[in-house]
Amino acid sequence: MFDFLGEYDILGAFWMTIQLAVLSAVGSLIWGTILAGMRVSPVPIMRGFGTAYVNVVRNTPLTVLIFFCSIGLASTLNFNLAATDSPSFIVDNNFRLAVLGFVLYTSTFVCESLRSGINTVPVGQAEAARALGLGFTQVLRIIVLPQAFRSVIAPLASVLIALIKNTTVASVIGVAEASLLMSEMIENESDAIILVFAVFALGFVLLTLPVGLLLGWVAKKVAVKR
Amino acid sequence: MSAVVAVAGLTLAACGGGEDSGSKNLVARAKEDKKVTIGIKFDQPGLGLQTQAGKPEGFDVDVAKYIAKELGVDEAGITWKEAQSAERENLIEKGDVDFIVATYSITDKRKEKVAFAGPYFVAGQGLLVRADNTDITGNTALNGKKLCSVKGSTPAQKIKDEFSKEAQLQEFGKYSDCITALENGSIDAVTTDDVILAGFAAKNPGKFKLVGDAFSKENYGVGLKKDDAESRTAIANAITKMQTDGAWKASLESNVGPSGYKIPEPSPVTEK
Repeated sequence: MFDFLGEYDILGAFWMTIQLAVLSAVGSLIWGTILAGMRVSPVPIMRGFGTAYVNVVRNTPLTVLIFFCSIGLASTLNFNLAATDSPSFIVDNNFRLAVLGFVLYTSTFVCESLRSGINTVPVGQAEAARALGLGFTQVLRIIVLPQAFRSVIAPLASVLIALIKNTTVASVIGVAEASLLMSEMIENESDAIILVFAVFALGFVLLTLPVGLLLGWVAKKVAVKR
Repeated sequence: MSAVVAVAGLTLAACGGGEDSGSKNLVARAKEDKKVTIGIKFDQPGLGLQTQAGKPEGFDVDVAKYIAKELGVDEAGITWKEAQSAERENLIEKGDVDFIVATYSITDKRKEKVAFAGPYFVAGQGLLVRADNTDITGNTALNGKKLCSVKGSTPAQKIKDEFSKEAQLQEFGKYSDCITALENGSIDAVTTDDVILAGFAAKNPGKFKLVGDAFSKENYGVGLKKDDAESRTAIANAITKMQTDGAWKASLESNVGPSGYKIPEPSPVTEK
């Protein structure tokens, strides 16, 4: 019953999922932090850009975004992220476009989580920091963000778990991650569809459950007690 | 008086049919209810396409209509249902559709779950390129080229197994995405069953052309419930009749002919 599973590179597909998730998570954390900084900054044009970006991208379906990266950016506008003459151009380009799409999308959720964390820091702290003569970026970097991050570990864990599951969308542009292999297996093993689903569901649970447990524990450890 | 009894008897029988229609075979039900539910593709021009007006058209649709007519159901009695590739066996097993005509290749694995009548058409894997392309002449000239197919599909897998070292494969969710990418030049060729490609070429006249010889064989069958031998024979007979009375050829000529696709001779029906 399980023997056909050996014919497929299931671990390889999940490894691709992990790579997508890790790179996108790092990128989203960076771009999301910058966006959060923009949304609380005193410069109106930056606040405006941050608000507009978050509201437009957050409300766009991820499938549309990823597909746009492939058909819109790469194939129509020739914005490629790999050397076009390389023998692995399509694989590399699709992978990087997918990461780009995930970063653009997930960073909006990172930004909003972080902004709620910034709101937990008492206003008096920022005022005190300013009174000491610190500039805006210094206040944010030294005083506000470290406290904000510690209070949003748990919501960020949810964002990360959502990201891990969202990586399945990369299959619409042909990135060889878990759900692409799943469609191949459904096509071939129509007599064992339930089993195929179960294997992939289990795979994702194995990826996401430890993330939730670990970050939940970290969140408790580092929370700022007020 | 006897007429009244007969009508009452018919009504009762019809009621009975409604309650356990699963136990009756397709031929009996079609004869009685004058209704069938047929699964087709909604997104394959030339074969099975749901148009804006809501009326499906294409070669698969013509075959489905012909079979329905042979079973005693006219066009008004047909309910069309979308049968996406991954769902086809399930739709048949659960009884959501009576039969499926949707570029459904007959394979041993699928035969474990459903029965096939046919083949009503034999397709081969082909290549579609832009009309002005001269350097792709067949499946041996694909070194370093970028090919596109649909994710999870058998043609895509064949390309991966046989050509992936020299050719690069782009997989999209739908064939129409591949056609878009082919049109704007980011890929060099689309590969899948030649008759599907011919349908797309026929829909976009002058833009694309089919090249090379078919490098595999796909036997398209009509899928239906596994243990319904009587209906399978009835459908197989309908297919044979369609092939001999000219309707088969006429439908292919109008649906995929404009692409320049060479209409083959009908292949003998082996699953009956």
